[in-house]
Amino acid sequence: MDQPIILLIVAAIVFILVVALGISLRVNARKKGLGDDRGIDADVTGELKIDEISEAVEKEKAEARGSEVPTAPGNRLVRLRERLAKSNSGLGRGLLNLLSRDNLDESTWEEIEDTLILADVGVDPTTELVDKLRDRVKVLGTRDPEDVRGLLREELINLVDPTMDRDLATSHVSGDPAVILVVGVNGSGKTTTVGKIARVLVAEDKTVRLGAADTFRAAAAEQLATWGSRVGVETVRREEGADPASVAYSAVEEGKDAGTDIVLIDTAGRLQNKIGLMDELGKVKRVATRPLGEGHEIDEVLLVLDATTGQNGMQQAKVFAEAVNITGIVLTKLDGTAKGGIVIAVQRELGVPVKLIGLGEGADDLAPFTAEGFVDALLD
Amino acid sequence: MFNSLSDRLTATFKNLRGKGRLSEADVDATIREIRRALLDADVALPVVRAFTGRIRERALSEEVSGALNPGQQVVKIVNDELVGILGGQTRRLTFAKRPPTVIMLAGLQGAGKTTLAGKLAHWLKSEGHRPMLVAADLQRPNAVNQLQIVGERAGAFVYAPEPGNGVGNPVQVATESLEVAKSKLHDVVIVDTAGRLGIDEELMQQAADIRTAVNPDEVLFVIDAMIGQDAVKTAEAFLEGVDFTGVVLSKLDGDSRGGAALSVAEVTGKPIMFASTGESMKDFEQFHPDRMADRILDMGDILTLIEQAEKNFDEKETAKLQKKVEAGEDFDLNDFLTQMSGLKKMGSMKKMLGMMPGMSQYQDQLENFDEREVDRVEAIVRSMTPAERTNPKILNGSRRARIAKGAGTTVTAVNQLMERFTQAQKMMRGMTRGGGMPGMGGGGGMPAMPGMGGMPGGGANRKKKAGAKKGRKGGKSGNPAKRAQEAQALQDKKDGKTKDPVGSAFGGVDLGKDEEFDPTNLPKGFGGMFPGGKK
Repeated sequence: MDQPIILLIVAAIVFILVVALGISLRVNARKKGLGDDRGIDADVTGELKIDEISEAVEKEKAEARGSEVPTAPGNRLVRLRERLAKSNSGLGRGLLNLLSRDNLDESTWEEIEDTLILADVGVDPTTELVDKLRDRVKVLGTRDPEDVRGLLREELINLVDPTMDRDLATSHVSGDPAVILVVGVNGSGKTTTVGKIARVLVAEDKTVRLGAADTFRAAAAEQLATWGSRVGVETVRREEGADPASVAYSAVEEGKDAGTDIVLIDTAGRLQNKIGLMDELGKVKRVATRPLGEGHEIDEVLLVLDATTGQNGMQQAKVFAEAVNITGIVLTKLDGTAKGGIVIAVQRELGVPVKLIGLGEGADDLAPFTAEGFVDALLD
Repeated sequence: MFNSLSDRLTATFKNLRGKGRLSEADVDATIREIRRALLDADVALPVVRAFTGRIRERALSEEVSGALNPGQQVVKIVNDELVGILGGQTRRLTFAKRPPTVIMLAGLQGAGKTTLAGKLAHWLKSEGHRPMLVAADLQRPNAVNQLQIVGERAGAFVYAPEPGNGVGNPVQVATESLEVAKSKLHDVVIVDTAGRLGIDEELMQQAADIRTAVNPDEVLFVIDAMIGQDAVKTAEAFLEGVDFTGVVLSKLDGDSRGGAALSVAEVTGKPIMFASTGESMKDFEQFHPDRMADRILDMGDILTLIEQAEKNFDEKETAKLQKKVEAGEDFDLNDFLTQMSGLKKMGSMKKMLGMMPGMSQYQDQLENFDEREVDRVEAIVRSMTPAERTNPKILNGSRRARIAKGAGTTVTAVNQLMERFTQAQKMMRGMTRGGGMPGMGGGGGMPAMPGMGGMPGGGANRKKKAGAKKGRKGGKSGNPAKRAQEAQALQDKKDGKTKDPVGSAFGGVDLGKDEEFDPTNLPKGFGGMFPGGKK
C-alpha cells in the first residue's frame, strides 16, 4: 500500500474514533451528572441503613455479653490490632505499627513474593496477597517464618476457594444428552483433554459421543478418533475445512438419536485476539444444542489452559468467557515445572473454577482439581 | 492493558519537571515501574532482576541526569538494553558445507513444532532448497499423520516409516532419514521430534540421542510466546538436554507480550531466529528485535494498528477516497460509512483506542466507552437520504428532526455528530494540504485528544501530548518544518533512497537497501517515542 493511503486510513480511523468517543464522553458526562443527583439520595438512605444495622449489632452484642466468656489477655491485643488494621485512618495504622513489630526481615517477605511471582500468580495479586499477609502477621505478632508460610497457604486456599462446585455437568434433566464444549488456544491440549475426559466418563459407565469440530488443524480429527477408538467411543467427523458448527450439530443430533449420555465437542485451537475465529466459536456454541430444542443450553464449556501460560492466561480466560461463557477450566501440563498460578487471578476475576487438571500424556493423567493440592504444589 | 510503560514512566516523572537532576529515589521509583512492566510481560524474575540492575546503573549515570527529558531517556535506555539482548546477535540459518543440512526441532508439548516444521519447509522451498520432513514424533496420537498433511501443504517430501501412536523408535527413524535424504537428493532435513517436558529425563535422553544420531547443523528450540515464568527452567533444561543453537518464538500473533523471548535470550545467550505468526504456511518470519522490545514494553502499538487496518480496509474504496481528497473534494458521510464498516471489522474499538500511543490518560473514559456508540452513530448516518450524505450542509432543523426520529435518538445527538463531523472534515482538508494532521480541537468543553495530533506524519506527538492542555483549540502538531522533514524521510525510504537517517525522528533503524518499503517495517520511532533521533 502506498504511504498516502496509510495516512488516510489512519486519519480515517482516528477521526471516526474521535467522533464516536467524543459523543460517548458527552453522553457519559451527562449520565454522570444525573447519577450524581441520584447518588446523594442513595447516600442518605445508605447512611441511615448503616446506622440502623450498627445499632442492631450493638444491641445483639449487649445481649450476648451476659453469657460471654471473657477473652484471654493475649487475644485482646490481637483483637485490638485487628481493629486498628481495619481502620483506614493514618492514626490507626500508626498505632498498629507501634503496637506490633514486624519480626520478619525483608528477605523473608521477598522470598514469599518471589515464590508467588515465579508461579505466575502475577504482580498485582501477589502484592495484594503479601500486603494482606503482612497485616495478619502484625496482628498475630508471628515471628516464625514457618508460621507465615502456613498463613500464606491458608490465604491462598481461601482465594482458590475449596467450597466451589467443581463437578462436571454430565447429565441433563430432560434426559437429553449433556453437551460439553472444549475450547482454548492452540496447543493447550484440548484434543488430549477431550480424549481423557471421554475415558473417565466411559469408566463411569456413561455413553459418550465425540464431535471433532476441529476441522482446521491437520489430522486433528484423526487424533480425536484415535482417542475415541481406544475406549470404544464413536467420533463424529467431517472432512477438513468443514463448518465446525455443523459438525457440532451433527454430533449432538446423532448423540440424541442414539440416546447417548454425553456429547463432548472438541474445537480448533484459536488465539483469543482473532475476532473472526472467536465469532466462529460463538456460532458453534449457539448451533450445537439446536437438535435438543429450545431452552437446552450447552451444559458445560471448558476452557483448556496450559499451566505454562503466563499473564496472557488472564486475557485468554476473559475473551473466551465473553465469547462462549466458560463454566470451568482445565489446567493442563501440570506435570512439568510450571505451576499455573495464573488461574488464581482468573478464578478471582471471573469466578470460573478450575475443574480438572491434566498431568501428562498418559491416557489416564487427568485428575479432579483440589484447592489444597494445588496450593501445596504452588508453594513447593 | 492501557498502562503502557512509557505512560507510567511519564507519570513518575511528571513531578520531576524543573528538577535539574534525578535523585536516587527518583530512579528507584522508575526501576520499580520497569520491574512491574517486565513482570507483567512475563519476563522471568531472575532476568528482570539482572536487567533492572543494569538499567539502574545506567540511569544513575551522567547520560540520564544530564538529559533534558529524563523520562524519555530512561525509556530509551530500557529499549536499547532490550534490543541489545534480543537482537545482539541475530543470525541466519547455518547450512552444512556438504548437504544434507540437518535441522532438528525440540520443545514442550503444544509449542507448535509440527506446524513450524511445515512452515520451515515451505520457507526453505521458497529459498530454493529441497527440504525433507522427518516424522520423529511417534508419541502423540496422529502426529505423524499431521506432519504428512503439513508436508503436503508445504510441498515437501515427508519421511515417515513408522505409524507413530507409540510405535517405533524415533532415534532409528532419524538416523535412517539421513541416508534417505542423500539418496533422494534433499539438501535440508527437518526432524520433527515429540514434545517433552524439561524434567522428563527419559525423554530428554531420547532427544539427546536423536541429536547425537543425526548431528544436526541447527537445533531449534520452539517456545510458545505465551509462556510465563517457567520459560527459564524449560529453556535451561533444553539447553542442557539438546544444546539448541537457536530459538523460534511461536504464536506471536496472539496478544501476549512475549516476555519469554527476553528470558530465553538472556538466560541461554542463544539468538531468537524466527517468529511464527499465524496458522497458514507463510506466517513465518525472521525475528524483529526492535518490534519485540516495543511489544514487551507495551509502547502503544501503532504498527499493529496499521497492519490490522491494511487487512480490513477495502483497498479500492480507500484509493477512491484518496483520489477524492486529492481532487480537493470534501470527505462526505458516504465515505464516513465506508470507513466505519472497515473499522468495525477491525474489532473492539476499545482495544484499538488502547493501541494508540498516549491514550492511557483517557483510561477511565475508555473503560466507560460503549462499543455500541459506533452503531448509534451509524444509525444516524443511515437515517439520512443519499443527498444529505453527500451534502451535509443541507441539513436544516426539520431534516435533523426527521433523522433523529429515524435513528431513534435526539436532535442533540444528530447535532453533536454533525459538529464532530465538520471538525473531522476540516482535519482531512488540512491533512491533504500539510501531510500531517492539525491537532483536533476539543469543542464544547470536550477533552481534546492531543495524543493524536500529527500521527500520520510520525514523530513528535508524544512530546507534544505531554504539553497539550485540555480543551485547547486547533493546536498544530509539532513544528511544521519538522513535520515536512519527516514526511520527506518517509518518502525517501519508500523510494529506496538510503538517506542517512540521522536527524529524522525515526530512531535510525536501518531498513536495508534491498528491502521493499513496507509499512510493517516502519521504524519504531513511528510511535513518536524519541523525537529528534536516536543517537
